[in-house]
Amino acid sequence: MQRAATQLGRHLLRIEGMSEEQILFYVGTAEQFVEINQRAVKKVPTLRGKTVINLFFEPSTRTRTSFEIAAKRLSADAININTQVSSVTKGETLVDTVQTIQAMAPDVLVMRHPASGSTDFVAKHLPRTAVVNAGDGLHEHPSQALLDALTIKQRLGRLHNLTLTLVGDCFRSRVARSNIFMHRALGNRVRVVGPPSLAVPEWKALGAEVHHHMESALEGADVVMSLRMKLEYLKESFVPSAIEYSRKYGITETLLSRYAPKSIVLAPGPFMRGTEVSTEVIDGPRSCYHQQVANGVATRMAVLFLLGSGGTTASRISGTAEPAENLEREEEV
Amino acid sequence: MSKQIVISGGRVIDPANGIDGERDILIADEVIKAVDAPGSFANLKDVERIQAAGCWVTPGLIDVHVHLREPGFEWKETIRTGTEAAVAGGFTAVCCMPNTNPVNDDAQVTQYILNKAREEGVAHVYPIGCITKKQKGEELAPLLELREAGCVAFSDDGLPVQNAGIMRRALEYSLLTGAVLTVHEEERQLSEGFAMNEGALSLKLGLRGMPGAAEDIMIARDIELARLTGAPVHFCHVSTARAVTLIERAKNDGIPVTAETAPHYFSLTEDAVGDFDTNAKMSMPLRGEFDRQGIVEGVRRGVFDCIASDHAPHDIDSKRKEFSEATFGILGLQTTLPLTLKLVEAGVITPSRAVELLTSGAVRCLRLNGGTLKSGVVADLTVINPERQLTLSREVIRSKSKNTPYLDQTLKGVAVKTIVRGRVVYSLD
Repeated sequence: MQRAATQLGRHLLRIEGMSEEQILFYVGTAEQFVEINQRAVKKVPTLRGKTVINLFFEPSTRTRTSFEIAAKRLSADAININTQVSSVTKGETLVDTVQTIQAMAPDVLVMRHPASGSTDFVAKHLPRTAVVNAGDGLHEHPSQALLDALTIKQRLGRLHNLTLTLVGDCFRSRVARSNIFMHRALGNRVRVVGPPSLAVPEWKALGAEVHHHMESALEGADVVMSLRMKLEYLKESFVPSAIEYSRKYGITETLLSRYAPKSIVLAPGPFMRGTEVSTEVIDGPRSCYHQQVANGVATRMAVLFLLGSGGTTASRISGTAEPAENLEREEEV
Repeated sequence: MSKQIVISGGRVIDPANGIDGERDILIADEVIKAVDAPGSFANLKDVERIQAAGCWVTPGLIDVHVHLREPGFEWKETIRTGTEAAVAGGFTAVCCMPNTNPVNDDAQVTQYILNKAREEGVAHVYPIGCITKKQKGEELAPLLELREAGCVAFSDDGLPVQNAGIMRRALEYSLLTGAVLTVHEEERQLSEGFAMNEGALSLKLGLRGMPGAAEDIMIARDIELARLTGAPVHFCHVSTARAVTLIERAKNDGIPVTAETAPHYFSLTEDAVGDFDTNAKMSMPLRGEFDRQGIVEGVRRGVFDCIASDHAPHDIDSKRKEFSEATFGILGLQTTLPLTLKLVEAGVITPSRAVELLTSGAVRCLRLNGGTLKSGVVADLTVINPERQLTLSREVIRSKSKNTPYLDQTLKGVAVKTIVRGRVVYSLD
């Protein structure tokens, strides 16, 4: 049996640069955790005695809760620190903040921050802690792309030979970037669709096709991903109005059944019903939204498990992602 | 009276006077007494002798674009440390930008800088005054008063005048002062919130970019305003290939424009940003390879009148930050000469042209004194060893700040002696 450990690196900062093998290893490990979340007692002792700090510099409900639940189900001590960047303007730099936290010896630091590259920056200053990027500015949101991949695998049975269409404001979407890097690494076709103000030609340099019309963009797509069209950006005139955007780029059942009849629809959320994606689609059979949320917990458990066990457990996991021995049930009390 | 100095055995490169050959130079009473055939001063007694075999002897280098940070930001740089870095880089004169605190929009600030420079400076310091009050782009600064106080040129530096009407008035009024407007060109509606060049890399990194067009549009505007007013304009740190084309055409049309570029725009590309390296964050941003080649081509074709460092010292705390939060700018005074000489090594320009870009070219742009080795002029000279290598360690950097992407790299072609007013103010060995 193959027992060669897949090298994952100490942190999870970005999908860009990850190999196909690394991506599939994360997804394969996450698959194992799905079952734990369906047990009556959803807790395993895997990370007992480990400390996970969720340091969020941006408001977040979904991702922060997901990481918190993931840590707790692994029996880690999870601490949430919600702060605003304005505390930085009070005088403390990001380096000082994270070094203060480092002094408390956490095993994993899960961080979200509005500045692109901030998690790379922090990782350079933390010699003893694994850093998990939970969203850095517009740059990347790797755990989201991983949970999306798990969802696609469950629904379509494969992670290869896929065509993905990303609809919405890819320009300001870290989810879009992480997904593009991931599916290019997996050899899939990725299309970006939007008005020329958002779907700029530079996406091609990242390996994506650029479309301005839904019809061509959806043609034969297996996966349609609805990304946030942030209303606050309307004032920057990327699009004239939400209504005009919706008429041109709203994801509707009519469009899908005509151009991508077998497609599934993913949305990282929060989404605007009726503007980005119709209620018929989001509540319909194509929608993977709730499955994505459930997979979010399993994926983050996998990430914390692989990075949080200080290398000892990770090195015991085989490249074939078979169940690890310490995923046994917590004794029921 | 200072001692007489004889510099002998060197290759004298003095583009202003068409000299490139072996000469000896005699300096006395702070001025150049004579430039003559080798051995001419061999019999003089009681002189200090500088052996310059294997070296170039040039007019003192002049940098028209430097931030000395004093008054107001003395923890980043002072007039003393900035001029120490200047002479270590071969520069005998620097023009300092007005974005100090307070900004140099008032004769008292100009006088403060000049007084400080007299007391503590080791190189000549030529202040640049603001174009508009507080660099706000709303009302003209007292240009004549600033000129009389000693400002050599005017600039709002990183906050360029956005209103074309105000810019027009500034240009017209500048004719009265005889001093040139030296402008950082940026249409800020196009560059809002930028952290780097706009392109595939900024898209990949999720950073806000500034398109080259933000620079080109303002250069095009000011070319037309120079045509309209007849007033000269000097373009700072040009970074795009398109701007080179615009400037070349304007010059061919006889419009009074001059231009500088900075060494990083022909030496580096945006790839230096890599994994969010804040020492590659500057304004103008580092551009792509196409633009870098365009700048090299502009230097080759003589579109640029001079090369300036845009020396922008910043303390570690300003740079050790999230990329989008870090301040713009890198050191330049000790890297400009070796990076320019790389263009000589690459066959882009001749040694004489390189020296011109760092001396008489700069003088022409801002109508300064110096940049020549004519007898009778103030004895500002630089002795350059084009083969000498120097590793830019923290100890070698004379600036108070250490923000350079060239830290600990070995650079070739450096100043070995710098002479200001007939006095050796820097010696490498």
